[in-house]
Amino acid sequence: MILRLVMVLLTLVLATPLIVIVSNLVDPNGEVLSHLIDTVLAEYLTNSFIIMIGVGLGTVILGVSAAWLTSMCQFPGRGIFEWALLLPMAIPAYIIAYSYTGLLDFAGPIQTFLRDTFNLSYGDYYFPEIRSLGGAISMLTLVLFPYVYLLARAAFINQSICVLDVSRTLGYGPFRTFKTVALPLARPAIIAGASIAMMETLADYGTVEYFGIATFTTGILRTWYGLDSAVGASQLASILLIFVFSLVFLEQYSRRHARYHHTSQRHQAIDRIPLLGKAKVSAILFCSALVAFGFLIPAAQFLTWWISLGSEAISSDYLQLITHSVELALISALFILAVAVIFAYGKRLNKSAWMNPVMRISSLGYAMPGTVVAIGVLIPLTWFDNSLDSFMRETFDVSTGLLLSGSLAGLLFAYLIRFLTLSLQTVDSGLERIKHSMEEAAKTMGYGHREILTKIHLPILRGSLLTAILMVFVDVLKELPATLVLRPFDFNTLAVKAFELASDERLMETAPYALTIVAVGIIPVIFLSRSITKTRDVKS
Amino acid sequence: MYVKGRLDPKELSTYEALTDSKWKKRICIRSSNNIYNQSLVASLIKHNGEEATQQWAKGLVGNLARKPQGGDRDQIKAAVAGQCDIAVANTYYLAGMLNADAKSQAIAKQIAVFWPNQNDRGTHVNVSGAAIIKHSKNQANAIKLIEYLSGDHAQQWYAEKNGEYPVRDNIKMSSTLAAWGNFKADTLSLSELGRLNKDAVMLMDRAGWR
Repeated sequence: MILRLVMVLLTLVLATPLIVIVSNLVDPNGEVLSHLIDTVLAEYLTNSFIIMIGVGLGTVILGVSAAWLTSMCQFPGRGIFEWALLLPMAIPAYIIAYSYTGLLDFAGPIQTFLRDTFNLSYGDYYFPEIRSLGGAISMLTLVLFPYVYLLARAAFINQSICVLDVSRTLGYGPFRTFKTVALPLARPAIIAGASIAMMETLADYGTVEYFGIATFTTGILRTWYGLDSAVGASQLASILLIFVFSLVFLEQYSRRHARYHHTSQRHQAIDRIPLLGKAKVSAILFCSALVAFGFLIPAAQFLTWWISLGSEAISSDYLQLITHSVELALISALFILAVAVIFAYGKRLNKSAWMNPVMRISSLGYAMPGTVVAIGVLIPLTWFDNSLDSFMRETFDVSTGLLLSGSLAGLLFAYLIRFLTLSLQTVDSGLERIKHSMEEAAKTMGYGHREILTKIHLPILRGSLLTAILMVFVDVLKELPATLVLRPFDFNTLAVKAFELASDERLMETAPYALTIVAVGIIPVIFLSRSITKTRDVKS
Repeated sequence: MYVKGRLDPKELSTYEALTDSKWKKRICIRSSNNIYNQSLVASLIKHNGEEATQQWAKGLVGNLARKPQGGDRDQIKAAVAGQCDIAVANTYYLAGMLNADAKSQAIAKQIAVFWPNQNDRGTHVNVSGAAIIKHSKNQANAIKLIEYLSGDHAQQWYAEKNGEYPVRDNIKMSSTLAAWGNFKADTLSLSELGRLNKDAVMLMDRAGWR
């Protein structure tokens, strides 16, 4: 069957970068690797590990507290916080890092204010250094805690209320109920959320690079460019992948158990615990702080910068970048959607066992950091280009040059690997709503394949297809490391431009680009918060 | 560069002399991830040999006031703030600060430029360069572009607006650059730096230069 063949081929293509990277581990030329082991590897390991654990803990503490407060307690503003707590997701970590560096730097407004007010000079006072491990952990935690919040919140709401009631009849107070009943029951969801946050942390390049922290992602590019060793870079990438795939395993393992925790089908409205006095004030302050630090303050910072730049800010460059970014994101989203549709239909039409590995491989890319995907894509593409070029020159005396590796094709390939899961999952869940009986009914009414597709599948799927396009669109627009490495010569995007300006220490000038990225990032947040409001309506 | 009033420029001489123990905890420099430092170290390898440069890098790291972090402007800011007295940075950024907002200007005005190695090979310089790939399609246009960029008009712009030194002798420097005086630049071929870049990165790794 053609579909089956196409799927197997696509899966092989998707797996190529991973195979290329891992195969370099056994490369006999270990000169670079042994140099790395002797010198910097320990530091990469320690830093990546500390940041990962720090963000894991941070997102759990913030995310779970926020989820518990908004789902189980009643206090003024709760309904607003419920969705506002998702806003930090709109800001990529490297973007929030730019804003806080501008704010908290020695020459920034806060330290200047402190010095002017108290007549201090450098060294007279302690001020935390933003460009540090702690700084990186804070930045990443601030924008990644919503992952834990989302999953923990869903878990709390879906917990059978009876369980909580039983706990109360046993004389447990709200805090004890939380600690001994609700929290253990929600643990799989919390671990899943934290694993995603930690994966994003390991994949981060922009923040750690900007803060000058040596981690795996910065090390990979340094080894590649500085030491001119794609092999060494791949070897680093393989080691990083071991971390990443342990997290993938952790996430899937914890989710596997999640479904066993539903002890009852009966979901009653939650009696939210009214918070009074100090507890009420603290809850409001806590949630406000998360929204303020994770979204409002950085957004306000960029807005102030943009305003102070005045008319110079909107250059023709800016408009061209928007066009470029939007075009690229749209083309990628449509292209990835096409592949996702092939996979989703393939899965629907083939219920055989070999579908599992195929689907799994197609979803692995989402966990792979952009820098890793970039090497994994560039090595085989360059090989292909060079082989084709020498073949064409020998046989036809025509040079094809670098056909794929310097073009948009490389970038599209990388995005396909990174974001296929997003698209595929959305299409897949949409397809599952179309029962086979509907098709059978249509057939009995004399509909052909084409009519079934246009009259049944398309109308039902339209929402899912649009969502799939949108999700990928936004993620491509925010993507930094792979775009930075693979973009064609003279092709810039908003994310890359913001990164370049920040690298050239022109933080203020990043404002228009950063704010545009954030504005686009809000779109999926609106979608998510809508679905959150829906769950709330059902439950109460 | 150094902070005016904190040291006598007579105390300064060469890159090599930065390892002197009197500079302990007084120097700021960027991370070794940066191409500027990779090129600087590559030039030292070429001039002084790998072994001597390894010793030098180790000595320099021992004299740093803080872990290498931030960009060139951050080194300048840190020096003015008092974290260090010497900032190894490109003049391009200082020129940028001198022509930026009032706050940046106030910081940059406290800094003086010192040109190292004037009595021997000259100061290490970076360039904004252009090259044409052998198999490129639009060779004629590419040559025209490079000719334009290296022509009087564009070079005047570089010198005036971008704080870079013009490659043509006949171009007048901006008042910012002129104030720093003339200097002798290292004439080492840049392709040598490219060739030694890998060695430089490995050397800095070994020296613990982050």
